[in-house]
Amino acid sequence: MLEIKGISKTFNVGTVNEKQALNQLSLTLNDGDFCTVIGGNGAGKSTMLNAIAGVWPVDEGQILIDGQDVTKLPEHRRARFLGRVFQDPMNGTAASMGIEENLALALRRGSRRTLRKGIRSQERKLYRDLLSKLGLGLETRLTSKVGLLSGGQRQALTLLMATLERPKLLLLDEHTAALDPKTARKVLELTQEFVEEQNLTALMVTHNMKDAIAMGNRLIMMHEGRIIYDVSGEEKKKLTVDDLLKKFGEASGGEFANDRMMLAN
Amino acid sequence: MLDMFTIAELTKLFNAIPGAVAQGLIWGIMAIGVYITFRVLDIADLTVDGSLGTGGAVCIMLMLTGHNVWVSMLGALFAGMLAGMVTGILHTFMGIPAILSGILTQLGLYSVNLKVMGKANQAINVDKFDLLVSLRFIRGVPVYKNTILIVAVIVAALIAVLYWFFGTELGCSLRATGCNDRMARAQGINTGFNRVLGLMLSNGLVAFSGALLSQYQGFADVNMGRGAIVIGLAAVIIGEAVFGKIFHNFALKLFSVVLGSIVYYLVYQAVIWRGIDTDLLKILSAVVVAIFLAIPYWKSKYFTKPVKKGGAK
Repeated sequence: MLEIKGISKTFNVGTVNEKQALNQLSLTLNDGDFCTVIGGNGAGKSTMLNAIAGVWPVDEGQILIDGQDVTKLPEHRRARFLGRVFQDPMNGTAASMGIEENLALALRRGSRRTLRKGIRSQERKLYRDLLSKLGLGLETRLTSKVGLLSGGQRQALTLLMATLERPKLLLLDEHTAALDPKTARKVLELTQEFVEEQNLTALMVTHNMKDAIAMGNRLIMMHEGRIIYDVSGEEKKKLTVDDLLKKFGEASGGEFANDRMMLAN
Repeated sequence: MLDMFTIAELTKLFNAIPGAVAQGLIWGIMAIGVYITFRVLDIADLTVDGSLGTGGAVCIMLMLTGHNVWVSMLGALFAGMLAGMVTGILHTFMGIPAILSGILTQLGLYSVNLKVMGKANQAINVDKFDLLVSLRFIRGVPVYKNTILIVAVIVAALIAVLYWFFGTELGCSLRATGCNDRMARAQGINTGFNRVLGLMLSNGLVAFSGALLSQYQGFADVNMGRGAIVIGLAAVIIGEAVFGKIFHNFALKLFSVVLGSIVYYLVYQAVIWRGIDTDLLKILSAVVVAIFLAIPYWKSKYFTKPVKKGGAK
């Protein structure tokens, strides 16, 4: 479903802040893979997701989604293949627009925006049904401005928007990191539900190693812009947090001690 | 306090009110254009200082060369859209910050406006040409020729069309672009295209307003757009401050901008009536707009309690 062939990206070339964020990274995801991504700060996890989404062009390499080369496509044209949820709940929705308006924007991801009505009345029933499944009471607030919702509600809505038009690939960029533990749990449950229900292919970046182990059928660990550990199936099920910490220690030569990864233990 | 003024003076003020309303309505169209960039797209577009004059110049020159008034105003509209497109391309395709893009276009338009008119000022005679609006058509004309009525109808029609447009798929995507462009791109919206489109729409309206204004005052002037952005912003801000709490529907918000513009011109007339030096009007406008723009910032900085907007009354 997703094929990344040797992509590299260096930021701030020629300055003191020069940073190679991705280093000849390659990754192939099979149809239906739910892959969690872990790694220290600056390992390139979010950068990889942004490269796939086309936020900026990569320096070298190729990205294929469902066999189609998207390397040169601009961000908004790749969106037809991708569902995205960001770390900051404010990023995924338009605050000054209503819940139904946000959903209507998402329903039209990948199609041309015409001069037809922005929301057709029959869509509202679909939205109400889907929102009631979230269990957050949003189904009665279709016209409420999204800016009035809590972070957790906005993130759940963003998740719904990302999967409203079935994406070929779902990109989750630490989408629970900014939420309180209880809300984070709820959003993770919804994530699991959506992925299973639609049998989605997904990449989920997380700092929580327990979540990374518990969720999905595959796990990759990144370090200095490349994948240093890739585990799936039965082997992944047997993983423990200690195993991951050890792996990470081996790769980074012990420098992980003060890393944020430890906090999520 | 009213005792201080004679009946004659008060009559003078009341006589000035219809003119102020007409001017306010015409500038209201311009303010709607500013609202589209400033509030919907979240861009402060300074192109308008140039495109208002462009609209006036194109309309007057087309009429002087024998074109129908509607054709001339349509020409002004297109000229404004072209100006907006230039700013949009400078901003999106060439990556120049929005404010600077607008300033560059505005500066360029000064030359364009001079070349269009051939000189700094072109008058049009209301008796010789079939003008749609004029300061002579305020009183003592049949109702259907009354400038206030005509402009009010045009404003209503424009608000209706804009209300429809911003409810379409394309219009919604334009609002999303201004609200959260990162989200918009993630939803497959071409934010660059939408910015250009929004700037074209806005400057088209501004030039259209310029076309009406030049007919109203009987001439187009190369300097007629100077400071227009501030008047537009003042109208937007006054409209929001006075009617923001009661008007939530998008059409009503546009309407409140027009009302804001009318309030601005009523105040303007009152200031003139009190005999205050009109040379000071621009700095007065600038100060008022600056204070109103600062209010949301002060609120967020000095009041921890989240307060809804509108405390500026």
